[in-house]
Amino acid sequence: MADLRIDFAGIKSGNPFWLASGPPTNTGYQVQRAFEAGWGGAVWKTLGEPVINVTSRFSGMHYGSQRVAGFNNIELITDRPLEINLQEIEETKVNYPDHTIIASLMVEPKREKWHEIVKKVEAAGVDGLELNFGCPHGMAERGMGAASGQVPELVEKQTCWAKEAAETPVIVKLTPNITDITATAYAASQGGADAISMINTINSLMGVDLDTWNTIPNVAGKGTHGGYCGPAVKPIALSMVAECARDPDISVPISGIGGIENWRDAAEFMLMGASCVQICTAAMHHGFRIVEDLIDGLNNYLDSKGIASVMDLVGQSVPKYMSWGDLDLNHKRVARINLDQCIHCNKCYIACEDAAHQCIEWFVDAKGKRALKVREEDCVGCNLCSIVCPAEGAIHMIDQPGEFPMTWNERQHLIHTIGG
Amino acid sequence: MNASAATDLWKVFDEIHPDLKPKQVMEEANRCLFCFDAPCTKACPTGIDVPSFIRKIATGNLKGSARVIMEANPMGATCARVCPTEELCEGACVLGEASLPVMIGDLQKHATNWAMKNHPQLFEAGKPSGREIAIVGAGPAGLSAARQLARFGHQVTIYEKREKPGGLDTYGIVPFRLPQKVALWEADQVEQLGVMIKTGIAVGRDISADFIQTHFDAVMLAVGMADVPDLGIPGEELDGVFSALELIEKVKDGQVTDRFMGRTAIVVGAGNTAIDAATTLKRLGATRVQMIYRRTESEMTAYPAEYRFAKEDGITCSWLTQPKKVIGDTAGRVTGVECARMRLGKPDGSGRRRPIEIENSNFLLEADIFVKAIGQGRHTSLIDAFRLKHDHGIVSVDARTFQTSDPNVFAAGDVTFGNGSGEATVVAAAQQGKLAALAIHRQLMSRV
Repeated sequence: MADLRIDFAGIKSGNPFWLASGPPTNTGYQVQRAFEAGWGGAVWKTLGEPVINVTSRFSGMHYGSQRVAGFNNIELITDRPLEINLQEIEETKVNYPDHTIIASLMVEPKREKWHEIVKKVEAAGVDGLELNFGCPHGMAERGMGAASGQVPELVEKQTCWAKEAAETPVIVKLTPNITDITATAYAASQGGADAISMINTINSLMGVDLDTWNTIPNVAGKGTHGGYCGPAVKPIALSMVAECARDPDISVPISGIGGIENWRDAAEFMLMGASCVQICTAAMHHGFRIVEDLIDGLNNYLDSKGIASVMDLVGQSVPKYMSWGDLDLNHKRVARINLDQCIHCNKCYIACEDAAHQCIEWFVDAKGKRALKVREEDCVGCNLCSIVCPAEGAIHMIDQPGEFPMTWNERQHLIHTIGG
Repeated sequence: MNASAATDLWKVFDEIHPDLKPKQVMEEANRCLFCFDAPCTKACPTGIDVPSFIRKIATGNLKGSARVIMEANPMGATCARVCPTEELCEGACVLGEASLPVMIGDLQKHATNWAMKNHPQLFEAGKPSGREIAIVGAGPAGLSAARQLARFGHQVTIYEKREKPGGLDTYGIVPFRLPQKVALWEADQVEQLGVMIKTGIAVGRDISADFIQTHFDAVMLAVGMADVPDLGIPGEELDGVFSALELIEKVKDGQVTDRFMGRTAIVVGAGNTAIDAATTLKRLGATRVQMIYRRTESEMTAYPAEYRFAKEDGITCSWLTQPKKVIGDTAGRVTGVECARMRLGKPDGSGRRRPIEIENSNFLLEADIFVKAIGQGRHTSLIDAFRLKHDHGIVSVDARTFQTSDPNVFAAGDVTFGNGSGEATVVAAAQQGKLAALAIHRQLMSRV
């Protein structure tokens, strides 16, 4: 059994799995159920001036026969009185002293507002604070959430204000609705953030009903953009975590959020630099019980790799993530079709023919049967055929390292040197 | 028979139901809805958390998946193959109505196959309690109880009269449904927890019941049932009369014979063992195999899937047929069976309609082989040696404590099965073993 305990910016937690701020962490009842199920921590649904929420609020993106490949919401922060939330936080912390409770906070960008709420939630006994600079809908129209999270100066200033009053670690949760997330991540760290978390949800409109022409979801026939999350956003979140993790100017710990559904996703985020992960949509889809396999699966994975502590995973893949200009131009990779596994759907053929480099061709095998093979000298190793292939092991991508590796950056440097 | 012919013959005993292919595994695992309070779990006699083990397959946590299965059912690999899944988990699958049930049995087989291949240590023995328990019989009930007792920290010794552990899983279910190595792997999992399995030791022959009763803190009787009883008709001593279990046991143990090549066989009985015997005879080269049963298709006890399988094998059935006499030639070899026609009367004690012989309806069925598969007898003398109360060899037990008339002797599995209570299935025996172990543990720990 590996050690799953983590130390995240000084916050000690029994495991790296925290419930992200959202509907599952709305009440003490829910958070206590989650702790019973095994979650290491929970980020309480965002506290601030109570709001009025609308119905309906959620919609799902179903892909083929799979439900909830993506998820969208137009729910705002907590609509319950602050005092009730604080009372429940205190009670939960008393009942579960070894579990991590983080208060997610969102107030107007005013110094005294931040001071006030930070003091109140810390008095309730939270282990840390997460500043919500990310919600893309509703609150942003009032100058909060993503609206302040998209302006690096506002991020820095508000982080600073929170830090002035805070005695527990301050995590800044970033919005992905921005061109370069390292700009706001850097601003947060300049403002004194102890850690950053990402991503919040992405601007989205789930769909339009073709019979009523209403948006999905809609409130009395009218809709607005919401925040997108769930498995579909994982690659976006992962790249943003990786960008921050490899940036030497951003040296604070990262909590990874976005489309994490199982232990594999969690391990990927940790390898890419996250030292804890937060999960919401998967818990909404399946319930808190998913944490059992998150823990069990990660444990078995670490054991199988001979890794004693989950913290040893953190950041292992970051050195492998770099700028395009640092990739080897002389490396060759080609596709190879394994006819033993091929089911002859010809999807690779048409994909290569119409959308890639026309290097898969027909031949007649020894038994007189038509089959496909790759003309390797023309293959650019784009992976398209192996991506569309539905048969396990029918197309292998074979690496053929070049004799003299050279990156674009090295090449340009060489040209300049010779040229100069 | 020469060696290569024997090898060819052996091939027909390979497991008939193919493993799922990797793509099928992922498709099926991802089709599971991961229901909450799932009906499949409720339908499983051992309560396997089916959605959990399937989700673990989907996330690539095969070790965790196998552990979930084996935790609930120490015979999880066997049950993946022999359980009537269409009546249990798969029959309860909520997707059955909407599309097709998830192939739970096949996924269970996939996860346990992984464990068999990769040898992970799935369980640990508990902290030694200093208590010693003897179990008589290393079948599903005995092994299941031993596994649990070892996890509670008790030292367990199993006495098994056969050469290998596993009971009917090892000897009584045809290899093309359940390869012997599966049952032996399950026994090995139990041994790895420090359980001593003393094979080749028959209680009453090599060791006395008294010795066991005086040398252990508790005793559990899990001896199952005995061989197929005689029909009590003339001609049973003839050459060509076999017990179904004896036939299956030989094949299961790898002893293939050409004795049945080209023969005509009759199997009497209509349970799963009768079907196992009939399909085995087909594989051993019998040209014509007919099952005879004194009731009708609706009363037969074989699982529908097994019956379908027999029909696919070309086995025919003669319903409302009762054997009266086995006929032999001068050399004492079977040449046929004299049978009587039956009709169904009013329901009897078992709730099934009682078969009544039609007068003057006797007729002859020609056959060289006559196989008896009319259920199993009882280990009455062994039960008597332990001085336990029983009803015709069915040990009386308290349903909650699993205690027999001797409070220090517990019993579970087929030895307690009968008189309309419970089911004589591997899965039921595994569950009873588990529950009996808990009852024994509680009893031992409550003693001062």
